[in-house]
Amino acid sequence: MTVTVSMKVNGKPVSAQVEERTLLVTLIREQLRLTGTHVGCDTAQCGACTVHMNGKAIKSCSIVAMQAEGAEILTIEGVAKPDGTLHPMQAAFKEHHGLQCGFCTPGVVMNALDFAKSHPSPSEQEVRESLEGNLCRCTGYHNIVKSIMAGARTMAGSK
Amino acid sequence: MYAFQYHRPTSSKDAVSLIGKKPEGKYLAGGQSLVQAMKLRLSSPSDLIDLGSVKELSGIKVSAAAVEIGAMTRHAEVAASAEVNKAIPALAALVGMIGDRQVRHMGTLGGSLANNDPAADYPAAVLGLGATVAAGKRKIEADKFFKGLYETALEPGELITSVSFPVPKRAAYMKFKNPASRFAIVGVFVADFGGKVRVAVTGAGPCAFRQADMEKALAAKFAPESVAGIKVKPDGLNNDLHASPEYRAHLITVMAKRAVEAALK
Amino acid sequence: MGASLIGARVERKEDYRFLTGSGQYTDDVALPGQTYAAFVRSPHAHAVIKKIDFQKAKNQEGVLAVYTGADLANAKVGGLPCGWLITDVNGQPMKEPPYPSLAQGKVRHVGERVAVVIAETLAQARDAAELVQVDYEVLPAVVDPKKASSSKPIHDIAPNNTCYVWALGDKAAVDAAFAQAAHVTKLDFVNNRLIPNAIEPRSANAVYSRASQDYTLYVASQNPHVERLLMTAFVLGLPESKVRVVAPDVGGGFGSKIYLYPEDVVVTWASKQLNRAVKWTAERSESFLSDAHGRDHVTTAELALDKDGKFLAMRVKTTANLGAYLSTFSSCIPTILYATLLAGQYTTPVIYCEVTSVFTNTAPVDAYRGAGRPEATYVVERLVETAAREMKLDPVEIRRRNFIRQFPYQTPVALCYDTGNYEATLDAALKMADVGNFNKRKEESAKRGKLRGLGYACYIEACGIAPSNVAGSLGARAGLFEAGEVRVHPTGTVTVFTGSHAHGQGHETTFAQVVADRLGLPMEAVEIVHGDTSKVLFGMGTYGSRSIAVGGTAIVKALDKIVAKGKKIAAHLLEASEADIEYDRGEFRVAGTDKKKMFGEVAFAAYVPHNYPLDKLEPGLNENAFYDPTNFTFPAGSYVCEVEIDRDTGATRVAAFTAVDDFGKIINPMIVEGQVHGGLTQGIGQALTEGCQYDDSGQLLTGSFADYCIPRAGDVPQFQLDTRETPCTHNPLGVKGCGEAGAIGAPAAVMNAITDALGVKDIPMPATAQTIWRSMQKAA
Repeated sequence: MTVTVSMKVNGKPVSAQVEERTLLVTLIREQLRLTGTHVGCDTAQCGACTVHMNGKAIKSCSIVAMQAEGAEILTIEGVAKPDGTLHPMQAAFKEHHGLQCGFCTPGVVMNALDFAKSHPSPSEQEVRESLEGNLCRCTGYHNIVKSIMAGARTMAGSK
Repeated sequence: MYAFQYHRPTSSKDAVSLIGKKPEGKYLAGGQSLVQAMKLRLSSPSDLIDLGSVKELSGIKVSAAAVEIGAMTRHAEVAASAEVNKAIPALAALVGMIGDRQVRHMGTLGGSLANNDPAADYPAAVLGLGATVAAGKRKIEADKFFKGLYETALEPGELITSVSFPVPKRAAYMKFKNPASRFAIVGVFVADFGGKVRVAVTGAGPCAFRQADMEKALAAKFAPESVAGIKVKPDGLNNDLHASPEYRAHLITVMAKRAVEAALK
Repeated sequence: MGASLIGARVERKEDYRFLTGSGQYTDDVALPGQTYAAFVRSPHAHAVIKKIDFQKAKNQEGVLAVYTGADLANAKVGGLPCGWLITDVNGQPMKEPPYPSLAQGKVRHVGERVAVVIAETLAQARDAAELVQVDYEVLPAVVDPKKASSSKPIHDIAPNNTCYVWALGDKAAVDAAFAQAAHVTKLDFVNNRLIPNAIEPRSANAVYSRASQDYTLYVASQNPHVERLLMTAFVLGLPESKVRVVAPDVGGGFGSKIYLYPEDVVVTWASKQLNRAVKWTAERSESFLSDAHGRDHVTTAELALDKDGKFLAMRVKTTANLGAYLSTFSSCIPTILYATLLAGQYTTPVIYCEVTSVFTNTAPVDAYRGAGRPEATYVVERLVETAAREMKLDPVEIRRRNFIRQFPYQTPVALCYDTGNYEATLDAALKMADVGNFNKRKEESAKRGKLRGLGYACYIEACGIAPSNVAGSLGARAGLFEAGEVRVHPTGTVTVFTGSHAHGQGHETTFAQVVADRLGLPMEAVEIVHGDTSKVLFGMGTYGSRSIAVGGTAIVKALDKIVAKGKKIAAHLLEASEADIEYDRGEFRVAGTDKKKMFGEVAFAAYVPHNYPLDKLEPGLNENAFYDPTNFTFPAGSYVCEVEIDRDTGATRVAAFTAVDDFGKIINPMIVEGQVHGGLTQGIGQALTEGCQYDDSGQLLTGSFADYCIPRAGDVPQFQLDTRETPCTHNPLGVKGCGEAGAIGAPAAVMNAITDALGVKDIPMPATAQTIWRSMQKAA
């Protein structure tokens, strides 16, 4: 059985026919072909699938698409400026080498963007705690932490 | 994930009526446990009744005596609520330790309690504060709510609508996390209501339980040393890869002592 | 051009695409007519397959095919080959049982593939896979390597489940030295089994073209040419010219994506049967069950010392668990990459190591970040630290008394270290870690009820694998050179094709730095291409910290050829003698004059050869090179770890970690630091949180991230890093490699710190809170 689900993704209204059991991440990746959102586990630990739903970071592997009916979804593809300029958080990851293989990166950045909204000048400890829902196997988190601390400050400063 | 039918009621009345017609159906709250279980094909409801659009189930009301939280209130909202932080800071702190940031944006009080995972955090607060679980008109005391492993006092189709947490004089929650899952290996919630003390333990048994000997000792004197010497019996405690019953028994004492210290701060 | 790009912290070229979600990983590839595969996996660790009934599955809507082992056998699809032949102590070849892609009559570990269902959608494939009925006759299983030889045979060819017993070193000399020793330190330990868990799960997507009769396989692989060679030559019997393997963006490897896996074979074979593109992507649960695991040694190790703490001899006996089948490089990990490193940084004159490698009913075990070298470092550095404590010597002092100081140094275990300076890294680490004030910090911790401990590890590794003739004499069935091609375009920009593969290492940046620096071009003028057999001439891939040392050198050799040809062209253009032409930073100059031609002008002349020595020189500017190293490289370093243990719970916090490494010349320090951070974290994971566990029946108990704990951000500190430099003597860049160091040195440093804090001789890895609590209970 397929049903229609409608939402806004990266500012654009979308409508899709899905099986009811379709996960939000499956809709995003397979139907909308926004493949920057990744799937790294099947038990909701890795956070590679993190997107924003109505402004809040959530794991898109942990809800069915129907739960996002009418919602505003932001994926990594919608973060940079339309002209391609990186968002300050993305730029901070580049500057501080906060990524290696890049697979966990979209989820980490999406979580960081949300976190930084409420933490304009986070401590190392706060950043580490904020990453409880994201696994990275490459960076040892060292430079992710630096990137988020720097990115959050830039975001706060540019408001 | 197996196929199911999806429903989106907008009132709890409609939700309850829907599930009455779908005996193999389940309520979908935040989905942070249920969707996972369904993905792994460990759960196969015929229908999902999504409570996400039932507005009346969300919200926080704080009075001098109690904090009432709607069943669909997200963890992040409770953890960040200035009112909850003021009335029962231990409750806000506990909710801020559930899962991770992303999970807290979706997960709900009602979902957590109805699921009654043996290692969930919320049950420790509900039991530790002697809260009252409302399922529509029926009010269920915390002491009668948690029945066993993933088992509660809820009747089939019954829907948790809100929970009322009495405001204690002081309270604290200490959690020793499973490093992998971030659930509690042992979590201890201690609440002092001025002479009456409740100690609730999660993670250690089939479901949250009270630690009577500690309650008695703390009622006599609310101080860390009152519980530091209490040896908990490991009989019947959970045994898994991460912790033996003996280790859990030991951790109950350690976490209880630390919770009392924190409550006194 | 200004300053040299070698040693510059250049931001990465690849970051923009990863940060904007534009990376293209294998599962992101959607091909026309895409179908999806789901594997039916064995729920039993050891069983005879009596019957497979897949009719119901086959009849489901959308299902295109169900294949079993019988189909592959009928099609004469071969078993997966092992790339390294080990010869045992009696001169006999190791036992090599068949490794079928789909089970042939028997299953030997939980998660082994029994059948595959291919359908129009993934949901259909998975639903139908559940309907495949398999009747099993369950057999007793063995998971403990120490019990393997006395258990029911897993393979007919290996009646006592032993693949080989192998040894290295002079046993008689070692025994004699032990007889003379003033002190002997002995340790028994397990090097815990690990599950690699790159965050991108394995994935393969194959398509066949009837028109051109060729295959294209997109696969998450660290070495697409090796994947193609093994699959075409040994398994499917296809001409390599008809198979293109693309390893696009790959989300981490750590060894686990070196190997040819059964799923890759099955989707490739099936793509022709169905004439459709067939994709399979592992769910994480499948990764846990079926990716090659790492480590899993049971070891008794002894160190003989004289009265002054000088090492006289080392004796090591190891049982290595290979799992149920021989994965691609499994046989050489606990032998060639392990026993040869047992000299460490020390002058131990004689060493003997005996390794028994066994089959068990567990997932295959193969190289995982460090691969044999972490196990060797753990043996050496735990022994050395323990010996120091037993002899009441400072663990730093005992190391100094035994450091190798003369290079080249021939070890008693086959390797010849070309260069190093172990004092320098140790001195720097001691200073950086402020070891002098450790006791103050220990007292401060004690006031908070915490036990603080200090541990060292001075590791060495053999990287830049490998001289092919040496590897060949030790049993390698492949060469271990690398290939590179430099294609200069008419306008003077450059595309470089490398056989190395990046899956997080940042080759697109570091290799471009090397090229831009050598040619004196801006970084933007250089593009690095890798990961596609239709573009890159050949490659042995990326593992064993070999990319810059071997792959980078191949590029340098090709660049040398470009410059040599450029000089000929410039000589013609400048009407000078070729011998008088110098090349420097983008300019061909006639020595001692101001006559010059820019690199771009020379390139243009090569492609528009109007004024060109066509009688003597081919047009075009395109060169390739193969580089086969003359020796291994030997990165080494000193690590200092401080831990703080909660007395009440046993929980350990890594309070500080200092790493001073010698990687030879460094191209991009920012990237090198990142590699060290990641390696250290995996090493800390091995020491504290990660331990694969099977129950006695062979069920995997740590089958998800909810039970298998890879470190999170809160589990590791900010690291303190520095480097010292002794350039490698036998490659032109002077580089040694840095990818595995952290994972090699960290476990021993952490465990030395924990045993120091607790005042115990040993504690098993992973030192979880419960493990430490139990140890404290026992002591109390």
